[in-house]
Amino acid sequence: MYTQALNAPQSDERHLEDADKSARFEARVANEQRIEPNDWMPAAYRKTLTRQISQHAHSEIVGMLPEGNWITRAPTLRRKAALLAKVQDECGHGLYLYAAAETLGSSREELVDQLLGGKAKYSSIFNYPTLTWADIGAIGWLVDGAAIMNQIPLCRCSYGPYARAMIRVCKEESFHQRQGYEIMVTLSRGTDEQKAMAQDALNRWWWPCLMMFGPPDQQSQHGNQSTRWKIKRFSNDELRQKFVDATVPQARYLGLTMPDPELRFNDATQHWDFGAIDWQEFADVLAGFGPCNRDRMAARRKAHDDGAWVREAAQAYADKERARRAADNAVAA
Amino acid sequence: MATASIAIVETPLVNYALRRGDDALILGHRLSEWCGHAPMLEEDMALANMGLDLIGQARELYSYAAQAEGAANTEDTLAYLRDVRQYRNLLLVEQPNGDFARTMLRQLFYSAFADPYWRAMMGSSDPTLAAIAAKSEKESAYHLRHASEWVIRLGDGTEESHRRAQTAIDELWAFTGELFHVDDGDAALIKDGIAIDPERLRGVWSETIATVLSRATLQRPNSDWMQQGGRAGHHSEHLGHLLSELQSLQRSFPGATW
Repeated sequence: MYTQALNAPQSDERHLEDADKSARFEARVANEQRIEPNDWMPAAYRKTLTRQISQHAHSEIVGMLPEGNWITRAPTLRRKAALLAKVQDECGHGLYLYAAAETLGSSREELVDQLLGGKAKYSSIFNYPTLTWADIGAIGWLVDGAAIMNQIPLCRCSYGPYARAMIRVCKEESFHQRQGYEIMVTLSRGTDEQKAMAQDALNRWWWPCLMMFGPPDQQSQHGNQSTRWKIKRFSNDELRQKFVDATVPQARYLGLTMPDPELRFNDATQHWDFGAIDWQEFADVLAGFGPCNRDRMAARRKAHDDGAWVREAAQAYADKERARRAADNAVAA
Repeated sequence: MATASIAIVETPLVNYALRRGDDALILGHRLSEWCGHAPMLEEDMALANMGLDLIGQARELYSYAAQAEGAANTEDTLAYLRDVRQYRNLLLVEQPNGDFARTMLRQLFYSAFADPYWRAMMGSSDPTLAAIAAKSEKESAYHLRHASEWVIRLGDGTEESHRRAQTAIDELWAFTGELFHVDDGDAALIKDGIAIDPERLRGVWSETIATVLSRATLQRPNSDWMQQGGRAGHHSEHLGHLLSELQSLQRSFPGATW
């Protein structure tokens, strides 16, 4: 579903590397050429991308849980099928992205172990609970909407496999976003209870969605290097502003009220000014102290642990088959 | 406030479409419960895929049941506003997922029937059922292949997977007899060429199961005692819980549009 600037510190390893190769690499990136898996790349570039792509993959997989929470309770068969297909898409994105990360030399197992061991991060937004059906609408509309803002520039990312994965992911995300908005339209045209449900969902998801774009630019620790490498094309604050500008008119069309008394259109800048974000809440959720962090990790660990005997069985069967084929070949020879 | 369940005029044709629709919805719902919790991501995808196929089949069969009934019902009133005693699915498909072996054995037992069943139903004299069959046959062929391959791997995998697969067979076996259930209403439809006689499929079903179990080094149970009742609304206790979850929003907010 989504990637996020998480601002982990990174070491500068360029001084160890060949100056000529490094210069050629920088020139290729500057000329908007794609870097491919077999090309030489600085260790820090590899490390930054591995971290970003795997966090993105983890976010897709953990992101299946809050929406999956409503598959068995979707209110019509059409909504049930659409939600199940959507969560399946998220899983597909996760698989894609793990594959893209593998082209940088880390296996899926290794990356998943980092997630389950609590060493890797995933998007903060999935640590909030889905309490009503309207949350499914709000996630599609707002969370996928924010994800698209983040991900469309990634379609031009300098690393080829990531950029290409993002093209397909973005197509599916924009479909999800329309689906989510359509749920919100239906609720906001519905009964008083449904309208209240839609408003409540907007109230709860709005601020966490603004946090999805990461810390404000003045606090951002490594935006510059990623920008120079053309991994990141816009700053956190630029993307956040774009999202607010796009979303405010959509909320008005729904007849919903933004949960921000300071929100107003600025004639001078032609943008919507908005109130202060609670960055302490963001820091807490990233540090593991959000409402659902423990539940999300427990669910992923349980699926992994409960599935161990199945994966072992598949491996044991494959080994036996290989041995049987080898025995057959020995007889034939 | 609760919404009352709907009344249905159960003609043989309405009943026939409802029973198959209920099989597809309840099994599809069970498979969807795995989403996000499967043993590997590839299996999250596959289980969701099969669930989507089955929910799609349920929608077509319910729409046809509603049309055949000619009252005000829709696919959604049929799915969301019938109580446990009005559901007509096989006991097999409402059984809880259990572990992955149990889910796959349940799928094998069902799909080994559904696959030849839908192929045969492509020849139904009822054009709507024949069209639904043509689509469902392609899907069930994949479901059968997927479940068979997994049962073989689990049976011939490790000691633990073998034990779990054999336990699943022993626990689910008594629900397989109902696959071949026929009542008087069905008999009339069979006579008119609208439905096929499931007895015709018993041989091919048994053969498929025997082949898969043999490759999986698993045993067919000795007991031939079979539990029935789903087709007449005599369910296990599991179905009520499934429906209370599935129907919760429609029951809590009567008359709302979603």
